[in-house]
Amino acid sequence: MTNPPHDHHDHSHSELSGTELRVRALETVLTEKGYVDPAALDLLIETYETKVGPRNGARVVARAWVDPAYRARLLTDATPAIAELGFAGRQGEHIVAVENTIDVHNMVVCTLCSCYPWPVLGLPPVWYKSAPYRAKAVKDPRGVLADFGFELPKGTKIRVWDSTSEIRYFVLPMRPKGAEGWSEERLAEIVTRDSMIGTGLPKVPHEAA
Amino acid sequence: MDGAHDMGGAPWSGPVQAEPNEPPFHAEWERRAFAITLAMGMPGGWNIDMSRFAREDRPAQDYLSKSYYEIWLAAVERLMLERHLIERDEIAAGRSLRQAKPVARILKLDDVAAMLHRGRPTEREANCPARYAVGDHVRAKVMHPPTHTRLPRYVRGHRGTIARVIGFHVFPDSNASGAGEAPQWLYNVTFNGTELWGKDCDPGLEISVDAWESYLEPA
Repeated sequence: MTNPPHDHHDHSHSELSGTELRVRALETVLTEKGYVDPAALDLLIETYETKVGPRNGARVVARAWVDPAYRARLLTDATPAIAELGFAGRQGEHIVAVENTIDVHNMVVCTLCSCYPWPVLGLPPVWYKSAPYRAKAVKDPRGVLADFGFELPKGTKIRVWDSTSEIRYFVLPMRPKGAEGWSEERLAEIVTRDSMIGTGLPKVPHEAA
Repeated sequence: MDGAHDMGGAPWSGPVQAEPNEPPFHAEWERRAFAITLAMGMPGGWNIDMSRFAREDRPAQDYLSKSYYEIWLAAVERLMLERHLIERDEIAAGRSLRQAKPVARILKLDDVAAMLHRGRPTEREANCPARYAVGDHVRAKVMHPPTHTRLPRYVRGHRGTIARVIGFHVFPDSNASGAGEAPQWLYNVTFNGTELWGKDCDPGLEISVDAWESYLEPA
């Protein structure tokens, strides 16, 4: 699939306004027929623009880093463990957390569409839904990591999780060195979205400090 | 179905390009198309597997040239047109030209939070024992159904190992066609990279898919 509209070349302006008009027309028809409540549409958008996003997942990771009992619950059955922090629901009905270690690095993809754990990460970024990522992640994950500008040691095994069912996978990254004694809130600040997909690592503590 | 959506291992892909500080949406119409899609599930009465099929069931050129939300928009229009909730001339006119079809219920403002929180769990009570156990060797069947399936092409015919017995879940292949949930045992199955991609593959690579029991045979 193509990049977002602003990346299209010149002819996209007319396409864009065509699509814009079409969506407006559609919403008007649906509203007149009483199939949608525009205020409900506004709330859906607001929810995923302001409430549900990767800061949720970062809180889960930070809690797992400081609380071994929570970490154990998260790795055993992630859905209720994540719900303890208030995150649950659509596109996260059945969540599995997979843990990065010195030996194994996990990466999550959906080669068939765009499955992604919404309650902890929000809506997926364009690259996650794009052809390059969906094509490459299962065949050349090291190439994907190179595209993201980092490299894993040669001996590290890579485990790629293709989200083909309603199970949503979520990576628990390793706690970086240099953040000993940090509070949970401070740790959450260094947990990046990409580190929970497996295409990145948490921020280096001395850079985040 | 075999289609452009089934992208695992496709050779033509190029580099992954991330956008720094990417917003959830890139245009107002994307916001509205997203919300319309979520909201129409309730009056429309379709399920997620029907939605996925409506998105993927299109010519490769169409799938590959549309942006993500353009595909969502095309799919939600198709689902509504198929059920005669709207007609093409109404989209063209930008107003309703006919009486609304009666629908069971619509998503009201006050229901949004509960609807999102509830989600749509797919696990069902098992009515038979699981055929496979952790550690069993299995082969993903070679199959090319013209209808919706969640078994990606790149694992078909390959040998893997049951890593986890996930549970008893709604079977998308059936659910997408309106033939009912027909739940089955679902497994996490791992494949060695070399099994899927040959000897030049990183020997430390392991890939897993979640596969319903009828996708698998003993190996």
